[in-house]
Amino acid sequence: MARYSILSLARHALTGHRHWPRAWRDPDPKPRYQVIIIGGGGHGLATAYYLAKEHGITDVAVLEKGWIGGGNTGRNTTIIRSNYLLDANARLYEFSLKLWEGLSRDLNYNVMVSQRGMVNLAHSDTQMEAFARRGNAMRLNGIDAELLNREQVREMIPLLDFSAEARFPVYGALLQRRGGTARHDAVAWGFARGADQRGVDIIQNCEVTGIRVEGGHVRGVETTRGAIAADKIGIAVAGNSSHVAALAGLRLPIESHVLQAFVSEPLKPFLHTVVTFGAGHFYVSQSDKGELVMGGDIDMYNSYAQRGNMPMVEHTLSGGLALFPSFSRLRMMRLWGGVMDMSMDGSHIISKTPIEGLYLNGGWCYGGFKATPGSGWVFAYTIAQDRPHQLNEPFTLDRFARGVVFDEKGAGPTPNAH
Amino acid sequence: MLLIDCPWCGARDQVEFTYAGDATVRRPDPDAGETGFAEYVYLRDNPRGPHRELWQHTGGCRRFLVVERNTLTHEISGTAPPREGPQ
Repeated sequence: MARYSILSLARHALTGHRHWPRAWRDPDPKPRYQVIIIGGGGHGLATAYYLAKEHGITDVAVLEKGWIGGGNTGRNTTIIRSNYLLDANARLYEFSLKLWEGLSRDLNYNVMVSQRGMVNLAHSDTQMEAFARRGNAMRLNGIDAELLNREQVREMIPLLDFSAEARFPVYGALLQRRGGTARHDAVAWGFARGADQRGVDIIQNCEVTGIRVEGGHVRGVETTRGAIAADKIGIAVAGNSSHVAALAGLRLPIESHVLQAFVSEPLKPFLHTVVTFGAGHFYVSQSDKGELVMGGDIDMYNSYAQRGNMPMVEHTLSGGLALFPSFSRLRMMRLWGGVMDMSMDGSHIISKTPIEGLYLNGGWCYGGFKATPGSGWVFAYTIAQDRPHQLNEPFTLDRFARGVVFDEKGAGPTPNAH
Repeated sequence: MLLIDCPWCGARDQVEFTYAGDATVRRPDPDAGETGFAEYVYLRDNPRGPHRELWQHTGGCRRFLVVERNTLTHEISGTAPPREGPQ
């Protein structure tokens, strides 16, 4: 497989870009693999990539019911950051952010990482104190964090409502300069190409309809393209985690909820950071094409529909208008919904399961995209070694029964409140 | 937009209601042990299809009701007072 470079670009330009080879193969499934990954999103593809690259395990198939990256990998707001309070979360997300920083070079694929800064706005003294605490916790974990006052925020984001009439006056913000965005589709494509180059079979339009378990040990899967045997199986299916785990007889501490996001018409550049508005739950960044990419709360009721309803659209955008009154005449171009695997403590699960050889990567709530490389890396380790890496050791499936949960927000076992 | 038929007030816009989760969850017997209570608090069937769930008519009569709704299509097939619906 050819490497992408300035020379290959120039060479193909001479022939009008008509002869680029396909970036990955389209193989038929073999009857047996050493490892099967269910789910061809960013996490599943990254897992396959790191299984091959870090552990030399190349007899791997990634099974995807639709097309790769067609689920939540293509349905998010592309934000990357590691501004977490709890040590276990901060360490995993920071590990992931460090992988992001070298990912384009590692994959020989431009995933367009843009460390434009992540701004969490504060609207009260109490919120400023909470952010000071979170910033200090981040710094103790070696993560960059700065507390900004109102004037520093105004300098960075002058279009925010700084008037006397602002419904939520800006007091300041917590800034992580290394946070930012990445190109979501490219993440799936880059990992797919990298995994394929190392021998991984990426099999699309192949839905898993059953998981064979014998004597407490996983044996393989039934799919719409026939039965496939495997020694080890990893589940990385985001919003469908409960559905797929149920095929193996497992019940999970997860509910699926729909989260909507929106893209506006393109504007001239005016917003060079990611801005989040926790008081009203709205967040926005400006894409390289000039469009505003926006999101807010989940729709609050269980859903697998990949589409939401209008009340939450209005709720989210009214939050946006409270922040940026100048958005009032902006037209939306697209909206979409993704199915979030909302866990009972708001943190993820990267774990062995009670079934030997079956591993689970899920419960990402709406934090999955930024974790993609780190999640794949530690999940590959867990599958290859049959034990968790120290970064994901706390995030077991049995932590709920043991009472060792990671509730970043302190919301308790109510999935739609995280 | 969901149109939810409150058994007491009639069909109303979803914005009058607050979601209150899976209606099939039952508090176990006091002697169910740690495992039984952990499953009660944390584990959910989370079905992809028909789902029995509790909503509260917070913007109306403030009563709870059971809604049978398909999580894949959002279609509502019925509503009932909590004690009268299929258990």
